[in-house]
Amino acid sequence: MKIQTLETKNLCQSAKNGGCGECQTSCQSACKTSCGIANQQCESSK
Amino acid sequence: MIHCYKLGGLNIVLDVYSGSVHVVDEVAYDMIGMYQQCDRERLVAAMLDKYPNVTRDELLEGCEQIEQLKQAGVLFAPDTFAPIAGQLKEKTSGVVKALCLHVAHTCNLNCSYCFASQGKYHGDRAVMSYEVGKQALDFLIENSKGRRNLEVDFFGGEPLMNFDVVKQLVAYARSREKECGKNFRFTLTTNGVLIDDDVIDFANREMSNVVLSLDGRREVHDRFRVDHAGNGSWERIVPKFQKLVKARQGKNYYMRGTFTHANPDFLKDIETMLELGFTELSMEPVVCAPDDPSALTPEDLPIVLEQYEKLAELMLERHRQGKPFTFYHYMIDLKGGPCIYKRVSGCGSGTEYMAVTPWGDLYPCHQFVGEEAFKLGDVFHGVTNHDVQSEFAACNVYSRPECADCWAKLYCSGGCAANAYHATGAITGVYAYGCDLFRKRMECAIMLEAAKSLDEQ
Repeated sequence: MKIQTLETKNLCQSAKNGGCGECQTSCQSACKTSCGIANQQCESSK
Repeated sequence: MIHCYKLGGLNIVLDVYSGSVHVVDEVAYDMIGMYQQCDRERLVAAMLDKYPNVTRDELLEGCEQIEQLKQAGVLFAPDTFAPIAGQLKEKTSGVVKALCLHVAHTCNLNCSYCFASQGKYHGDRAVMSYEVGKQALDFLIENSKGRRNLEVDFFGGEPLMNFDVVKQLVAYARSREKECGKNFRFTLTTNGVLIDDDVIDFANREMSNVVLSLDGRREVHDRFRVDHAGNGSWERIVPKFQKLVKARQGKNYYMRGTFTHANPDFLKDIETMLELGFTELSMEPVVCAPDDPSALTPEDLPIVLEQYEKLAELMLERHRQGKPFTFYHYMIDLKGGPCIYKRVSGCGSGTEYMAVTPWGDLYPCHQFVGEEAFKLGDVFHGVTNHDVQSEFAACNVYSRPECADCWAKLYCSGGCAANAYHATGAITGVYAYGCDLFRKRMECAIMLEAAKSLDEQ
């Protein structure tokens, strides 16, 4: 049996150290008609 | 909560609240799917029945592996965010950091599917004066508190119909950056008709991002994107877009298309964009009333979902060939994406982000402009409609009952308030059709990242 766990951002940890608010607003970059935040970059992890 | 799905030859298990992604074999896929529903003995028995070539010891070892992942908080992680969702959003509230400046409520094209009613937003034609724009920038600076990065999108209608004011406003913002400790990032969204060398030089010097409207195939584009005489615009704008993108070294732009009931097979339009030399692409489902002839129908849905899957296949193929391209909705950074604050709070419309009309009125976002009940105030007096702003401030993914059981909620933050309002009459509703599309896009995006990650290994 095989399980490969990919490296991902720890969301629980980000509750402690996130929220700087410097990231782009979601609609600003291209879509303008549908909200998605998954494709936004985190400014502090750039 | 977990979400298990098969795509692109991979079995994927997404653990919603930790954000972890696991790629598993068939046996593990079935075991994880049943793990919370029955005890270990029944699980092993069921697996032995389905997979006769796997031993009991191997299955018990698999159970142990699953348990270890659970203990490590990367599988079946509990939802610890629900009780603090309001607090999470509060941390980023009370600060305005982005404005969509409607510098022109007029357009040199006459696209019938335009959500902004041909640029007029159901009102009169108008352009923004320098004085109003300057006041908007002052409003942004004054209300941005400690935020350094401020975003301003020059939007319309067609913003290049008021290009002189755009240039003056950029110069003004730049003149205040240093004294205020701010960094302005500008975006220009244009239909391309008025692009010339002056625009290209200016955009490449000052715009962090340029959004260029092209629907793909010529016949698709020219069906809707016509001038006021009814002539298609494809032939006029494509060479201009190519020149602009070349001058930007192919970076920091999006070729943004809209697909409608007329072209649910939008992958052909993406292929056209690639053939034209564009690699930073975005393709959006049309936003319009359900009775509009261009509206996507229930019958279009399976076609669109299949197109998303085929697009992911094409992207992986091109990535492996060393000819990658970007699709806006498949950009996902599993290691460095948004924090939980962003994931819970959403787009920030009405709080962090507002739209400004040519005469200085403030609205929660560009899609609410023209909806008088949503007017927040104006750039001269600030936000005065605190009731409406409070509704937006209280809006987060946990304030939408329909999102409670959705695995994708921390990727969309509950979706677009404007789409929800237009579909249900409430900003805390959901636009279900859009949700179906979004979930498929996220499945594809995560699969692509998983496949690339496995390739690297």
